[in-house]
Amino acid sequence: MNTVIEFLQTNGGEMLALTGQHLFITLGALFLGILFAVPLGVILNKVPSKLGNFVIGIVSILQTFPSLAILAFAIPILGVGMFPAIVALFVYSLLPMLRNTYVGISGVDPALNESGKGMGMSAWERVRHVELPLATPVIMSGIRLATVYLVGWATLAAFIGGGGLGDFIFNGLNHYQPEFIIAGAIPVTLMALLFEFILSKLEKSITPKGLRNLTA
Amino acid sequence: MLTFEHVSKIYNGENYAVKNLSFEIDRGEFIVFIGPSGCGKTTTMKMINRLIDPTEGVITIDGHDAQVQDAVQLRRDIGYVIQQIGLFPHMSIQENVTLVPKLMNWSKEKRKERAKELLALVDMEEEFLARYPNELSGGQQQRVGVLRALAADPPLILMDEPFGALDPITRDTLQDEFKKLQQRIGKTIIFVTHDMDEALKLADRIVMLREGEIVQMGTPDEILSAPANAFVEDFIGKDRLLQSRATVQTVEQLMNITPATITETATTSKAVQVMREKRVDALLVTNEYGTLKGYVDIEMIESHRKQSENISDIHLTTLHTVKKDAYVRDSVSRILKLGVSYVPVVDDDMRLVGILTRASLVDLVYDSIWGDEGAAADEQEAVLEETIL
Repeated sequence: MNTVIEFLQTNGGEMLALTGQHLFITLGALFLGILFAVPLGVILNKVPSKLGNFVIGIVSILQTFPSLAILAFAIPILGVGMFPAIVALFVYSLLPMLRNTYVGISGVDPALNESGKGMGMSAWERVRHVELPLATPVIMSGIRLATVYLVGWATLAAFIGGGGLGDFIFNGLNHYQPEFIIAGAIPVTLMALLFEFILSKLEKSITPKGLRNLTA
Repeated sequence: MLTFEHVSKIYNGENYAVKNLSFEIDRGEFIVFIGPSGCGKTTTMKMINRLIDPTEGVITIDGHDAQVQDAVQLRRDIGYVIQQIGLFPHMSIQENVTLVPKLMNWSKEKRKERAKELLALVDMEEEFLARYPNELSGGQQQRVGVLRALAADPPLILMDEPFGALDPITRDTLQDEFKKLQQRIGKTIIFVTHDMDEALKLADRIVMLREGEIVQMGTPDEILSAPANAFVEDFIGKDRLLQSRATVQTVEQLMNITPATITETATTSKAVQVMREKRVDALLVTNEYGTLKGYVDIEMIESHRKQSENISDIHLTTLHTVKKDAYVRDSVSRILKLGVSYVPVVDDDMRLVGILTRASLVDLVYDSIWGDEGAAADEQEAVLEETIL
């Protein structure tokens, strides 16, 4: 117990700063991912399904690259530091969100789209008032999945000088100091659990009321 | 109000889905498009609100060419009801019903007011406004679907087999309700179906289509009395043609005007006495103004004899009824489908005026099918009997 307190006294400040960086990398990649993947998922439903499947295929292939390799590829293009790390992780987070948005929206009953169109809803109004609300549960589960992955992957950012709790873990590994590994790993785990909890609450609250008792 | 001038829809440059259609529809008419599947009835309807664009020809609505208007704006001025109902599951009934007014930027208060008015049209309680589509029965959902089309008060409403997915009894009720509603609010309706009974019952004029062309267009009576060709005759069906030719037309002409009845204030022992006198096992129950309340049979009285003094204490079973001015041709199938032996006949105020029994219907069908032959057979039989004797 004393050693824990001692550790925190000497390294607590740095740990807090690294946690902040870690959070920033995760959220940065996540928001970029949402901003890109959700609209793309919507648009892919409006184009011929061949093209849609092609794009999903490309993103799936990106996903199969080891995440470390993607980070390594980012160095010659974007250099080192936090920004390249965010970009590399963003690419990596696309698939679960894109696929879920695409599947969620293509799963909306065509009769609903037809009746919306027949009543005089424009294409945008149908996306806004019909497709997105109905696909919310599926899209949200994609975002949740991506977030939990991102919290874990963000430790790798340390490899390209991106900072975050990965610094502690890799320093610990390099210098045979298990206390640093633990001090890095525990906050990462807690962060993942916390995000999972917050997002599942959020998912419940933004799922339209009429749909909640459908799944219950 | 609506005209088609040489309208065709051609796919891949050679397949005609609809071929050179020209007709005119007046304001307030109830038009039914009917024909076998693939005859182009749905395509024809969807060209009106431009869900499908015609390849050739001009469709005008109130003198304006539909093709040059903004499609989204055009559709907001035309009601649309589909077979799958298409209520949005994530929106409350109020939100569903007032969707088009919302798109047209009506104020919140005005929308709420409109939603209440609409629900009142079909006798649904205001409390339904806060519910969600999956909490409603199929029949209630399609009532809401129809109301949604009426919300912004469009002069023209398109309906694509709206009652096709409902069970026969609900379908029947909704058809009656909707026909009455249409007469009251005076909308022009374009209604697509493949069900001849439905067409005969609802239409002011029927447009019969086959392979993208009009085979016959006319009132139900015109089509029944003078089918254009063998195809129309076939589509109508022999039994309907025969029924329509019979001299008896309305339920009133056929009903028995002295049904066994009892008022709800009478005692159960009185009811048993009436049953014994009239030699029946069930009585129709009315209130003091003659309004039909239900029926009561000997078993119900028997099981309640201890607790109940009066008929009104017994929970009465409600019955399906027919209006006295309904056509026999529309009622026959209902009675046969329901499998009951009689149906009470009521006037517009639900007052009991008579009873239609299965036996009287059988007589009617018998007469129209065998008519003279039947009489001849009777004679023959009489001769035979004589010889045997």
